[in-house]
Amino acid sequence: MENVENSRRGVTLFLLWSGFGALVVSVLYPIVRYLVPPKIGGPTISSVPIPWKPAEIKANSGRLFKFGSRPGLLIKTPAGELRAFGATCTHLNCTVQYREEKQDIWCACHNGIYDLNGKNISGPPPRPLEAYKVNVRGEQMIVSKGV
Amino acid sequence: MAQSRRARAHRVQVLKNWLDQRIDLAGMRQFVEHKVVPVHRHTVWYYFGGMTLFLFIVQVLTGILLLLYYQPSAEQAFESVQFIMTQVEFGWLIRSIHGWSANLLIATMMIHLFSVYFTRAYRKPRELTWISGVLLLGIMLLFGFSGYLLPWNELSYFATKVGTDLVAQLPVIGPTVGRILRGGDEVTGATLSRFYGIHVALLPLLTTGILGVHVFLVQKQGMSAPLDIERGGRPVRTMPFFPNFLLRDLVGWLSALAVLAALAAYSPWDLGSKADPFAAAPAGIQPEWYFVFMFQTLKYIPAKIVWIDGEILGVVVFSLVGLWLWLVPFLDHKAARGEDSPLFFWIGVSALAYILIFSILGYVAPGGK
Repeated sequence: MENVENSRRGVTLFLLWSGFGALVVSVLYPIVRYLVPPKIGGPTISSVPIPWKPAEIKANSGRLFKFGSRPGLLIKTPAGELRAFGATCTHLNCTVQYREEKQDIWCACHNGIYDLNGKNISGPPPRPLEAYKVNVRGEQMIVSKGV
Repeated sequence: MAQSRRARAHRVQVLKNWLDQRIDLAGMRQFVEHKVVPVHRHTVWYYFGGMTLFLFIVQVLTGILLLLYYQPSAEQAFESVQFIMTQVEFGWLIRSIHGWSANLLIATMMIHLFSVYFTRAYRKPRELTWISGVLLLGIMLLFGFSGYLLPWNELSYFATKVGTDLVAQLPVIGPTVGRILRGGDEVTGATLSRFYGIHVALLPLLTTGILGVHVFLVQKQGMSAPLDIERGGRPVRTMPFFPNFLLRDLVGWLSALAVLAALAAYSPWDLGSKADPFAAAPAGIQPEWYFVFMFQTLKYIPAKIVWIDGEILGVVVFSLVGLWLWLVPFLDHKAARGEDSPLFFWIGVSALAYILIFSILGYVAPGGK
């Protein structure tokens, strides 16, 4: 008789706790999923027009522009060649800048240095900057991905 | 097996002793063990305070989650809520629960308020519990009003215009308070920033303090038994607070959660279209349901009564009624002495009838929409 009582109690407790467990899981699961930010869908941008004319940019200078949601860096080498890179440092995602006096691309956060081909030459950056293609059509410049 | 159980029991005991020497657990345990809750035909109303507390906890948790993605600016607010609703996994669920829980909270709080009123639970020695409770009611209404604007959609934009304009109608302080609330003369992004700060920082801070006092007083003084039962002569039947009442309370919480989940899943909260300050107010504009009876009243007040503006009169009268409600424990002398107070009973019945009738009129009367 006591055994029957015990097994009844066992079943009831099992139902109670598994019901409670299911409640906890059904509350926590959406919360955990919600906490994970979604990948920004949106159209992936593959090229953008540059808001300046080629002649406006001096030799040995660089300017940042918007490439979708990230910054890009347009430089004109001392020789007068236009080049564009993703301006996001490959080390820890700071935004890089062109240094006229040293003629290199520099990340101020941890002193990472890239040459004018975007190659990492000094400091912590592990990889070159992402290189973009610059197309000049008359007065207009278009920067696009995939060199 | 038995040995490891003994070892665990020992560890628990050591921890208990450690805590006991620092925070007097034994005293708390004794308090909980001796606490009882009266049992009578009105006991069921006790659960609505607990349900309101539960829904408030839901609001805090879902509110924190919404903060992770919400962006409080006129340019971004609508889009960020849209993002939550369409891109974030279970974002629609979190926001719907926040919206529905807010409404259920107001509903359970009103039931709680009227049940406390009609059982005269505000009478001595529980005046302070009532005072803090009515303050919480005001804060929750402000929560609703400020939160309504945050998605920056058409309806909320115009509801806020109307609401802040009403405040600005108040004599003497009105114009200044209106400007402070709006952060300018118009409802703009500045208003949104302010309402956001009020909604997520100022009101939660106030609530934490006042709710703390309210719940502490309820625990300290225990539940009030209705007058007629207390005077019945026989000792009032009771049940232990722990675990009997607490478990029943939990059933109330679970019921609230079930209703909430069903509403959020089957009727997700709407977003509407983005607010446009240069568009005309849409047809059918209306505040949240708990403001509708006041909104409807204002429609019936003539533009001028003698020399006073009708709207100002309406706002002033509602403010005075609020003040009266807040001070009821000090006005109802008979209940304080443990006597019947039929006047207050009939005032309560009339107020309830008024709220019901004018709310219904707000939804069905011609031009009410």
